[in-house]
Amino acid sequence: MDQHVTTHTLLEVSHCRQAYPKEANNELIVLDDVNVRLFEGEIVGLLGRSGSGKSTLLRIIAGLLRPTSGDVTWQGKPVRGPVRGIAMVFQSFALFPWLSVQENVEIGLEAMGVSRAIRETRAEEAIDLIGLGGYESAYPKELSGGMRQRVGLARALVTHPDLLLMDEPFSALDVLTAETLRTDLIDLWSERKLPVKSILMVTHNIEEAVLMCDRILVFSSDPGRVAHEMTVPFAHPRNRLDPAFRQMVDDIYAVMTRRKTPADLRAAAAKPATGFATPLHPIGTNLMSGLMETLAAEPYNGRADLPALAAVLQYEADELLPLGETLQLLHFAELEEGDIRLTDQGRRFVHADTDERKKIFAEAARTHVKLVAAIRQVIDERWNHRASAVRFRDELEDHMSPERAEETLRTAISWGRYAELYAYDEEGQQFSLEDIEEE
Amino acid sequence: MTSIAPPALVHGRRLPNAWDIAAILLVMGVLIGVVSVARGTLAPLAAAQATHIHLDPAYLPGYAVRTTLRMFAALFLSLIFTFLVATLAAKSRRAAIIIIPMLDILQSIPILGFLSVTVLFFVNLFPGQQLGAECAAIFAVFTGQAWNMTFSFYQSLTTEPSDLDEACRSFGLSPWQRFWRLDVPFAVPGLVWNMMLSMSGGWFFVVYAEAITVGNTTFTLPGIGSYVAVALQRRDLLAIFEAVFTMLVVILLYDQLLFRPLVAWSDKFRFETVQTVSAGEPWVLKLVRRTFILREAAGWVGDRVAVIGRLRLGRAERTFASLKAGRTSSRLGDGVFYALVIAAAGYAFWQVATFCAAHLAWSDLLTCVIDAFFTLARVLAALLISCAIWVPVGVWVGLRPKATKLVQPVAQFLAAFPANLLFPLVVAGIVAFRLLPNIWLTPLMILGTQWYILFNVVAGASALPGDLKEVAASFGLRGWLRWRRLIIPGIMPYLVTGALTATGAAWNASIVAEVASWGKTTLVAKGLGAYIAQATTAGDTSKIVLGVAVMSAFVLSFNRLVWRPLYAYASRRTNLG
Repeated sequence: MDQHVTTHTLLEVSHCRQAYPKEANNELIVLDDVNVRLFEGEIVGLLGRSGSGKSTLLRIIAGLLRPTSGDVTWQGKPVRGPVRGIAMVFQSFALFPWLSVQENVEIGLEAMGVSRAIRETRAEEAIDLIGLGGYESAYPKELSGGMRQRVGLARALVTHPDLLLMDEPFSALDVLTAETLRTDLIDLWSERKLPVKSILMVTHNIEEAVLMCDRILVFSSDPGRVAHEMTVPFAHPRNRLDPAFRQMVDDIYAVMTRRKTPADLRAAAAKPATGFATPLHPIGTNLMSGLMETLAAEPYNGRADLPALAAVLQYEADELLPLGETLQLLHFAELEEGDIRLTDQGRRFVHADTDERKKIFAEAARTHVKLVAAIRQVIDERWNHRASAVRFRDELEDHMSPERAEETLRTAISWGRYAELYAYDEEGQQFSLEDIEEE
Repeated sequence: MTSIAPPALVHGRRLPNAWDIAAILLVMGVLIGVVSVARGTLAPLAAAQATHIHLDPAYLPGYAVRTTLRMFAALFLSLIFTFLVATLAAKSRRAAIIIIPMLDILQSIPILGFLSVTVLFFVNLFPGQQLGAECAAIFAVFTGQAWNMTFSFYQSLTTEPSDLDEACRSFGLSPWQRFWRLDVPFAVPGLVWNMMLSMSGGWFFVVYAEAITVGNTTFTLPGIGSYVAVALQRRDLLAIFEAVFTMLVVILLYDQLLFRPLVAWSDKFRFETVQTVSAGEPWVLKLVRRTFILREAAGWVGDRVAVIGRLRLGRAERTFASLKAGRTSSRLGDGVFYALVIAAAGYAFWQVATFCAAHLAWSDLLTCVIDAFFTLARVLAALLISCAIWVPVGVWVGLRPKATKLVQPVAQFLAAFPANLLFPLVVAGIVAFRLLPNIWLTPLMILGTQWYILFNVVAGASALPGDLKEVAASFGLRGWLRWRRLIIPGIMPYLVTGALTATGAAWNASIVAEVASWGKTTLVAKGLGAYIAQATTAGDTSKIVLGVAVMSAFVLSFNRLVWRPLYAYASRRTNLG
């Protein structure tokens, strides 16, 4: 752990809960009873899958979003809106395309009413610190992604915030650029050149979290809560190939693929019966086949270590885990303690030809995916063998956000089409059995 | 450039709801209110207006300047209106619920028909002065541009990227700073484009508004429009040609000095992360950017203006109160607001009802609707003919980059030229050859707006993806098959956009085009435009209101029932992903 971590509390989040009201007495819970305490002098990572509410938490801390209940205290005072002293770096950079680099960096100072001369000196300092010297008069669209995020960093640092919030700051960059930015930032931090006291970053990249943070909070999904907290004991600069580093990455994978604890299952049971309203990951059938074929072949022979597999396939945990979970849902594979194992059903699928695969997939989808089964059943029951997609979407929206519902429905449509269980007419938003051969 | 669809296409629903009805009632109520004020004043005005218009060409430059100034005064007013009303609509959910349908309706009102009433209204405000007529002319142009600019700005405000919104809030920008740093710049490309379209239409109105006859009174304002009107009475073909030439010069200057630099400059505000190859710098912009003195001067002015935008007017939002998600709408406030709207709509309804009962009979409505169908037939015929001509030409041009570069600016230039200046020439021809006015007055309606069809089709054809063209070529798609499978689907959204603009303006133009005179000879084609024009000449305000209302209803239902579904269908089918 770094030397300059103190016990002085900067920020405290207590019993934070974020829920969006739905029809009737249903509500969509994004964050549930989250407690976070942030000390001066540390980098803390919020690690979790997409949809685990970690970005929502970051926005609550930034004062951009009001929590449904719970409190956020910043240096002893409650947060009731955007706070001076907290600055944010965005995943999408959020630069103003019509302002030059210099003007973009100055915007926070303008808002504070800083005079022109001081504004220019401070902007110059921040621009030089972050390695943007010479780009002052360039416009964002002339810059590469990495340079843009440097502008985003300079814009946040120029206000000399006590806390720097970063929302997946490197995930929109390519691997090498992201690595350079991370190292530069950590170097500045270790040399205490950054005018900030603490950094809180959201990420879905496990290695990034282990590389940069002093403390990692692992979020669980649906609803989001802090499932695990771990301290990273390594000194900067850290070596990714160090066995202890690797072990920590493996451990986090294991935590993230762990089956739900009894407490989680009880919580799930307490929810109203959802029928077919389980969110589906938007995973295409080609991707599934590809992963299953890879698993079945050498050197994995049906079993692989997730971090190793992710490294070979150049996937991030956030991309590989939903894929693994989808295979698990269809009973083609099983996830256990950071490993993925192909089932017999999965092997059968790999060795089958195209038509046979469709049949195996159709059977798996009808047995294990309630939504697909329900769609087919409704079509079968109707005299004209047609069913409107609207009713399914409405029912899904009762249990999840509209975007998630749309995503789930799209996935069910695509799977059903591949399995030749039903056809879908986009214009009329209708399922039917057109061109589907009766079994 | 033309990828910006007109607001009428992208906004709102197809079926009217309660708010639409309230909006219609309110708009009609206001119109009738204006009429009631105007009616009492018709008599004592007879002697007031006697501006003399000289046909000496030496006066033309002066007239041209005055016409142009009217245009810019109206543009300035529209901009202020846009900033205020669109911001109000975007920031207040309650205001939006009534402002948006009202704008939609105002957009489809044929302002030309209403001009006589507004002239009376303004003359009444400034009795015995030229100012009233001047205001009426400016107001006419204003009503032609303000609505779609407001729509465009409102649309930008409601589609601001959420990350920039969060950046503004997290850095604590004050509302004033945010307006100039985010709201306006983000809206600039759409706003400039809409402004330019409105300006193009505006020349038509300003020329018409300079010489208007209500009953026995003719209001003339020194300008190119009134010059042509006088020339028309005296059957002076040469003077008309001189006016047309002057107008060409004015439009050319406006196009080169303002339109092109502004559109090129607005590219800077386009919200895209990739750098695109710009379509060449207009010479004026090049001049400003490359000449030392001009660049310094522009920079100095820009700095002064930017300082205004940096002022910390208003307080930064340091509370959750501004959050849309977190805002719990107060039931009481809603209740009061709804009650007010209902009361206002009810009052408007009562006004409309008493007005109709006093001045109109059912038979008037029947006449109007029958006339409207005649005009509709004429609009459709004109549209079909111009599509038949300009679609093949546009596609031919659009598929050839060199030709596109040549034709596109010319088509935009022609769209800005006020076609009503050319009417006398056509009418003189009809009179000379004794042609049937019912048929031959039709082309006048679309004379000025057909260019929208051309340049939209050109834009669509030149935007056809290269790989699709190659696929069509390599599979040997030829002739009709190539049109059916590649070209028509590709240009469809563009064609619909162009056709909507063209027909909307054609309805408006029917008021001028269905009644045309040449000296003492007057040609009349049966239709709603003629109905309104004749009511104007007779000074019969109640018939004007009825005619305008029926025409609005036709335009509105045509937009909602035909163009909007067509556009939605076309863009859904032609967008991959």
